[in-house]
Amino acid sequence: MALLQISEPGASPDPHQRRIAVGIDLGTTHSLVASVRHGVAECLPDERGRVILPSAVRYLPEGRRQIGADALAAQAEDPENTLVSVKRFMGRAVADIANREQLPYRFEDRPGMLAIATRDGVKSPVEVSAEILATLRFRAEDTFSDDLFGAVITVPAYFDDAQRQATKDAAELAGLKVLRLINEPTAAAIAYGLDNAAEGLYAVYDLGGGTFDISLLRLARGVFEVVATGGDAALGGDDFDRALADWALAGRVLASAHDKRAVLVAARAAKEALSGADAAELVAALDAGELRVAVTRAQFEALAHPLIARTLSAVKRVLRDAKVKPADVQGAVMVGGSTRMPIVRAAVSELFGREVLTNLNPDEVVALGAAIQANQLAGNAADGEILLLDVIPLSLGLETMGGLVERVIERNSTIPVAKAQDFTTFKDGQTAMAIHVVQGERELVSECRSLARFELRGIPPKAAGAARIRVSFQVDADGLLSVSAEELTSGVQAAITVKPSYGLGDDEIARMLKDGFASAEGDMAARKLREARVEAERMVLATRSALAADGDLLPDAERAALEARLVALAAMDGDADAIDAAVKALAEATEGFAAERMNRSIARALTGRDVSQL
Amino acid sequence: MRLTDNDFQLFGLAEMQAQDRAAIDARWKALQAEVHPDRFAVEGAAAQRVAMQWAMRVNEAYQRLKDPLKRAAYLCELRGAPVEAENNTQMPAAFLMQQMEWREALDDARSPAALEALDHDAAAAEDAALARARQLLDDNNDAPAAAAQVRALMFIQRFRADIDRRLAKLEDFAEQTARTK
Repeated sequence: MALLQISEPGASPDPHQRRIAVGIDLGTTHSLVASVRHGVAECLPDERGRVILPSAVRYLPEGRRQIGADALAAQAEDPENTLVSVKRFMGRAVADIANREQLPYRFEDRPGMLAIATRDGVKSPVEVSAEILATLRFRAEDTFSDDLFGAVITVPAYFDDAQRQATKDAAELAGLKVLRLINEPTAAAIAYGLDNAAEGLYAVYDLGGGTFDISLLRLARGVFEVVATGGDAALGGDDFDRALADWALAGRVLASAHDKRAVLVAARAAKEALSGADAAELVAALDAGELRVAVTRAQFEALAHPLIARTLSAVKRVLRDAKVKPADVQGAVMVGGSTRMPIVRAAVSELFGREVLTNLNPDEVVALGAAIQANQLAGNAADGEILLLDVIPLSLGLETMGGLVERVIERNSTIPVAKAQDFTTFKDGQTAMAIHVVQGERELVSECRSLARFELRGIPPKAAGAARIRVSFQVDADGLLSVSAEELTSGVQAAITVKPSYGLGDDEIARMLKDGFASAEGDMAARKLREARVEAERMVLATRSALAADGDLLPDAERAALEARLVALAAMDGDADAIDAAVKALAEATEGFAAERMNRSIARALTGRDVSQL
Repeated sequence: MRLTDNDFQLFGLAEMQAQDRAAIDARWKALQAEVHPDRFAVEGAAAQRVAMQWAMRVNEAYQRLKDPLKRAAYLCELRGAPVEAENNTQMPAAFLMQQMEWREALDDARSPAALEALDHDAAAAEDAALARARQLLDDNNDAPAAAAQVRALMFIQRFRADIDRRLAKLEDFAEQTARTK
């Protein structure tokens, strides 16, 4: 059985035992999946040789659906049921969507996140994204004729907590084990940096279909340190299409969903043509007849100018945050399809005072970087290890008196990060405290994004100012937040993973799975058992290699007890709940061992020597 | 090395204010290379929890050690003279006078050049105050006096942050006028 073969720590596993890990770029306009094969990251093509999967899902009658190019081709013909650019709706309410009346969708307000009515029922952006992710997952499984070990999914660096959580939910719904969420510009920097042996300070300017990121990274010997990041999670190629379409319509208001979509499709085609030509025509077949408008590159660039200016403001702010000047930056790497526009390249080159770097495929580089990180997280890459030190893009804080924000964690803090702040009661005899968690840079709560509210109850009644309430924030390596509160004199506690108030609750995910989303999976019970078995194998394998490396840290009796647990767990089958419980018990039993191992490796890092050789 | 070690012990540094920033950066990366949760993605929940705790602790120490002001405040605390800026706002009169002059100059500044000149003055004052704090901590071992310096430094830093905000506003304004032209 494969899982009994242990590889020495530091040695690459036998090629036949390689864990299949992929990187997925879940984009606004299109999505890709990549993997490291024979030491090289490459995007995986579909059966017709196409690597790009348009991020489009069309809901057909009888629960059938089209995903990708076929759906995209039908978007003007069946606009209400063909969902594109849903990434812009992730973790958002209807009121958050600018220009929503110009989109052909039937939006519905739901607590936490909007949904869209289609002929196949009401769909959450999470479900739509899960369809895209599942398509890429099947593509990867077909390529390797094997199950996936896990995936790294990329998100815009400027995504807030709600958007990140929604993305992770979508991946889980698609049956993917998320090894890590990483930021798109960071992924691009990995691919670019390793390819070009780049060292020093680099900027990644990532203008995609619906989001804009700017990250400043310090690259040195395999370490990718994000110094500062900024951007706009609702600014991308779609907005350039919108500006051009509005101009071409010259005030005409379109009523039908078909017309709304058709003019955007025509604008995008004209925009793309203008990247290679000085003039183009915007041609759309509208209900009332053909719309045909000639447009020159100069006219388009005048429309594009305010949008590009917004990106440049964000670039300047990031430079200010990092306390560096444009001339300190050794190169600006261009990522995202929208950086094909000559005016974008010219504007960014001017700001940095040097030609931008375009020697990579702006569509593929994010997925390739994610694949390299996935390969490493799966334990396949023993040599040439890389280390990502990323940051949170937006400050996190709490509402205090008068609707003001008290910042707890500043933007551009390296993750994972934990910080606590102490508060007190303001009324005599107060026994409860409302805790409101917000994200953003503004001083007023009303101008920040509300992430969660919860209450700490059971505070012993005291005089105002006598209770001590410690609120602790914790942001994990995926950039996801959890918050807990404790009254220090009494030990009363409350905690929240910042999730249910906006995302999908676990029961909602369970319902979606039941609703046949994962129909290719067979029935729920079989899926659950398989997942439990995979997790158990993962744990057994990990514990065995930990024992092989550092087993000498344990007394013989403890080691024998652990070995017995492993043998028992490896033999378990049939009852998913029992396996889950055994995995959990094993994790608890190895907690002390894990801590000891960590102490050993820290000591090793500090002395620069292998302690086992001392 | 233990999670409960202080920042200096954790980074293997002498407990003093004078530090080589490059050495702190290098040690941070070396520690993260060992403890970052990415190193334990294939391991079980126990190892990942431990890694996350350690990585957070290392980042916390790094934030304090790399910033000379936070480092000085931390040293004062370690030596039994916590800064307690919120309860102790007493400042020498001369320092307060200078603060008021600066604030007035900030209100009057209308151009980026004027703001930058002001920031230049404030930066020089910050450097001098930091040098004094270093002397008090490393040479005189006078933590209470160093704590007073740290409180003054907090004023100066806040002032420089306000200059930064004004500069950002001016830049945004210049952009908007350029756009509407």
